[in-house]
Amino acid sequence: MGKRTIVPFGPQHPVLPEPVHLDLVIEDEKVVEAIPSIGFIHRGLEKLVEKKEYTELVYVIERICGICSFGHGWGYCHAVEGLMNIEVPERAEYLRTIWHELSRVHSHMLWLGLLADGFGFESLFMHCWRLRERVLDLFEKTTGGRVIFSVCKVGGVRKDIDKETLDEIVSVLREMEKELKELTDTFMNDFSVKSRLVGIGVLSKEDAIELCAAGPMARASGVYQDMRLTGHGIYNKLGFEPCVETAGDCYARCVVRIREIYQSIDLIEKAVKTIPEGDIEVPVKGKAPKGEFITRLEQPRGECFYYAKGADSKFLERMRVRTPTNMNVPAMVKTLQGCDLADVPMLFLTIDPCISCCER
Amino acid sequence: MGTLKLGKMTMRSLFKKPATLMYPVIPREWQERTRGHIAIGVDKCIFCGICQKKCPTNALTVDRAGGTWTIERMKCIQCNCCVEVCPTKCLKNENMYTTPSSEKIVDSFVGTPPKPKAKPKAEEPKEKKENGEKTE
Repeated sequence: MGKRTIVPFGPQHPVLPEPVHLDLVIEDEKVVEAIPSIGFIHRGLEKLVEKKEYTELVYVIERICGICSFGHGWGYCHAVEGLMNIEVPERAEYLRTIWHELSRVHSHMLWLGLLADGFGFESLFMHCWRLRERVLDLFEKTTGGRVIFSVCKVGGVRKDIDKETLDEIVSVLREMEKELKELTDTFMNDFSVKSRLVGIGVLSKEDAIELCAAGPMARASGVYQDMRLTGHGIYNKLGFEPCVETAGDCYARCVVRIREIYQSIDLIEKAVKTIPEGDIEVPVKGKAPKGEFITRLEQPRGECFYYAKGADSKFLERMRVRTPTNMNVPAMVKTLQGCDLADVPMLFLTIDPCISCCER
Repeated sequence: MGTLKLGKMTMRSLFKKPATLMYPVIPREWQERTRGHIAIGVDKCIFCGICQKKCPTNALTVDRAGGTWTIERMKCIQCNCCVEVCPTKCLKNENMYTTPSSEKIVDSFVGTPPKPKAKPKAEEPKEKKENGEKTE
């Protein structure tokens, strides 16, 4: 038995997209235990619920995260709409779903790039992010923003997309798909990439359920769980089925996300084909009534939970967001036990961490 | 399974234009909806102050008496809220970003506020009197 040492990892580390600190207990290059600590970028956004009216709070909630910004805006609006018993027009729900799936495409492509960067394949990383720009351009064209869209509001959406632009979205995505196939082929079949991913950091199905893993992390371990099945948006009408893999290793997590990109493109195409004409918003006036509402949404990173509590005033009494990274940290710590020190960045990246979401 | 899966794409990109742009030396193409910065047609502005009230980041200051409309560029989040609520539609979201700066830019626009409607003279002393009586 070798000597145990503690190696500090983060919060500043070349591979980490965001600050988290891990104390790695090492024994002969093997990680015996990992102790995570967060709290470097807590911003107190939930506290702002007392200072911003419920209609204005969307702008704050959207800024919880730059990648799943639209999802956060939608989740919040859905919670407040539920609290106030507002029926959103169908076209608005379609538009929200289209933007949300576009977010998933760009989030997963960003993640693929980061993963490539994590295992040291720089050109693959660059190509992933180059392709992702096309999705961002679509966002700029349809919403006016590249990262923060400010397009979701309580009662609907603020901007409509015309028929030509909707068709353009599909054609751009289909064109992108050709190049994307080359990239994903590298991720799934390249010898050196596979040697870094296959069999690393296996999380069993039992552990995934016990440690409450969420999103692609759980689905890669064979857990049939996706909040899009619960019927938010129009996913029921699109015939949605979650992508599930059973291996539970880094490769399976990568494959789940790659399959989800293609699935999202299909979902967008289906939504564009069936989108009805009509209003995009209903006017919302008055105070938020007393009561509570809970909603769950499938973010690109996993299940996200929103809780809104009204107090018969223009201000909500409490707004709570529980993000997928929060749920995936225990599962990540479990996978770190027994891995090589060189695989730690990879294992950390495969949960698709977003620490600013996690701390808000 | 094989190696050099990315070879084709890498070779292709060798003979293409770079994917990045030398911004801001080479200007980029803006989309019609791009939310770049808020511009005001100050001649049309009636200095009602609704934009100031609705601004989520308190970036706007409207001085009705002095006829100034001020925006703190670094505070503005380009949410388009003020543009939507403006009753005279004098606010516009232009699609070019503001230039980068190391200082907090404050832009002020001076216009002529509409003159307040003159009240009938007879009522003014009466009101004063009433107020006076209450305080006594």
